[in-house]
Amino acid sequence: MNSPLDILTLQPPEAIARPAQPFDVRRIRADFPILGERVRGQPLAYLDNGATAQKPYAVIDALAHYYATQNANVHRGVHHLSQVATDAYEAARRKVASFINAASDREIIFVRGTTEGINLIAQTFGREGVGEGDEIIVSEMEHHSNIVPWWMLCREKGAKLRVIPMNDRGEFRLDAYKTLFSPRTKLVSFVHISNVLGTVNPAAEMVGIAREHGVPVHIDGAQAVPHQRVDVREIDCDFYTFSGHKMFAPTGIGVLYGRETLLESMPPYHGGGSMIQHVDFDEITYADLPNKFEAGTPNIAGSIGLGAAIDYLNSIDFDGAARYEAQLLEYAHAALRAVPDLKLIGTAKHKVGVLSFVLSDIHPHDAGTILDLAGVAVRAGHHCAQPIMKHYDIPAATRASLAFYNTREDIDALVRGLHKVRKVFG
Amino acid sequence: MSNLRELYQQLILDHNKNPRNFRALDPADRYAEGHNPLCGDRVQIYLQIEGNRIAEIGFQGSGCAISKASASLMTEAVQGKTLGETEAYFKDFQAMLTDPTSEPDLNHIGKLSVFASVRDYPTRVKCATLSWHALRAAIENAHTPATTERDDP
Repeated sequence: MNSPLDILTLQPPEAIARPAQPFDVRRIRADFPILGERVRGQPLAYLDNGATAQKPYAVIDALAHYYATQNANVHRGVHHLSQVATDAYEAARRKVASFINAASDREIIFVRGTTEGINLIAQTFGREGVGEGDEIIVSEMEHHSNIVPWWMLCREKGAKLRVIPMNDRGEFRLDAYKTLFSPRTKLVSFVHISNVLGTVNPAAEMVGIAREHGVPVHIDGAQAVPHQRVDVREIDCDFYTFSGHKMFAPTGIGVLYGRETLLESMPPYHGGGSMIQHVDFDEITYADLPNKFEAGTPNIAGSIGLGAAIDYLNSIDFDGAARYEAQLLEYAHAALRAVPDLKLIGTAKHKVGVLSFVLSDIHPHDAGTILDLAGVAVRAGHHCAQPIMKHYDIPAATRASLAFYNTREDIDALVRGLHKVRKVFG
Repeated sequence: MSNLRELYQQLILDHNKNPRNFRALDPADRYAEGHNPLCGDRVQIYLQIEGNRIAEIGFQGSGCAISKASASLMTEAVQGKTLGETEAYFKDFQAMLTDPTSEPDLNHIGKLSVFASVRDYPTRVKCATLSWHALRAAIENAHTPATTERDDP
């Protein structure tokens, strides 16, 4: 195995890509160096993938390779390295476009993450198109990042948020969703897969309903891209946002997909270098897509790392990985249901490997600390989704979130840890 | 799992399960609410002050075992104490939790030394200090809720 810092052995990402083989978790785990670490003397059971995913050598090496052999600024130099860096940056954009089946790489805007992508839409499309008395539809299931930017916009404009309710299993009530539309509805923005409940929402069907009212749709895909293939043209949404770091790429890089015609019609977000064609004190003309939305030096290394993560996912039989993860979820559900006094939060019919729960009246932070001492990494708290906590009338929950490199041993370590929690607080 | 026993000592578990002075005072001379926005823990502190002393103290709220036990033990520690003594307690307690060089004066800090090992869990320090921030806010009769966010470890 390559040491990530041994640049002599580094290969460019293209050379690392290999033909897909049937999914084998043992082989996959060897690609993620951190999974071999020990935490507090215990083997690491990393079950906090919903917060951020671990990185394979392919991604770590791509970053080192870029900095060791290609580093330069993009879109401006006449020198060789600047061209190499620009090519690598734009190649990453094409990989993203093909990964989500966008019609063109002009529809791929690099941002810091999902949060920035949503803020970009709110501050450009939203500020221009939403006025007093207008309405934006969000849902009860949203992460704060898909509530706060719209709430801020509504405050500024005198517009209103309408909220799609969910049932107690954690599924949207589509009958109620259909009644939220009015002639004042300017946008629908909902989460593809819930970060707390794991619910896979019927994105295409919901977009179809919005289409009947002529309303554009944004989908928060942060938790969707690590778990399943996403096809933005099949879903037919207008905007789709996601973060690199939750799909095995570095932090600080994310994607806003936007339908080209919409992006063309929107004003820029940040002003600065790279996003202009011509600057005069009397007149400024903006650059074409996608540069219009990428002011300043972008996260070049991050985008190359994201491209490497996509190559990696294409190389491992991603569909097989999703099937494996579904089986692991079934195992985990059964194992957690056998823990006395444990209540699962989020039991949707269609869900991925996110298991939130409360354990009698034991506070999730206490459970989380005791699990940590057993080497089990979980998230405890409100998960940036306080409206969901309110729905279930709980202050917080413990969450174990899976990736395709997790194993039954990880789940067993979680369950052993939970029995320890019960013993301490028994 | 010896470190587990150090963090969740019997005294903490006992005060979590049976918190002392867990009640609202009506009437109360002073009141403040503490909130940790990161984890959602909330604590309400009620005081009756006579002269320069805390004559009665009560608390309510919801939170983890560390925050609840800390609030409970705090109420026992400061009951009947002067406001100056209370402030000195807080400073010693905070130093014990955040300053690796501090040697808590066990005679002074008494039962509160049960929280000494919280220092090894930086993510949990705010759980232990939340009620103390709320107490200080109540003494100052602050109108804004106390928060742990100014609590620099």
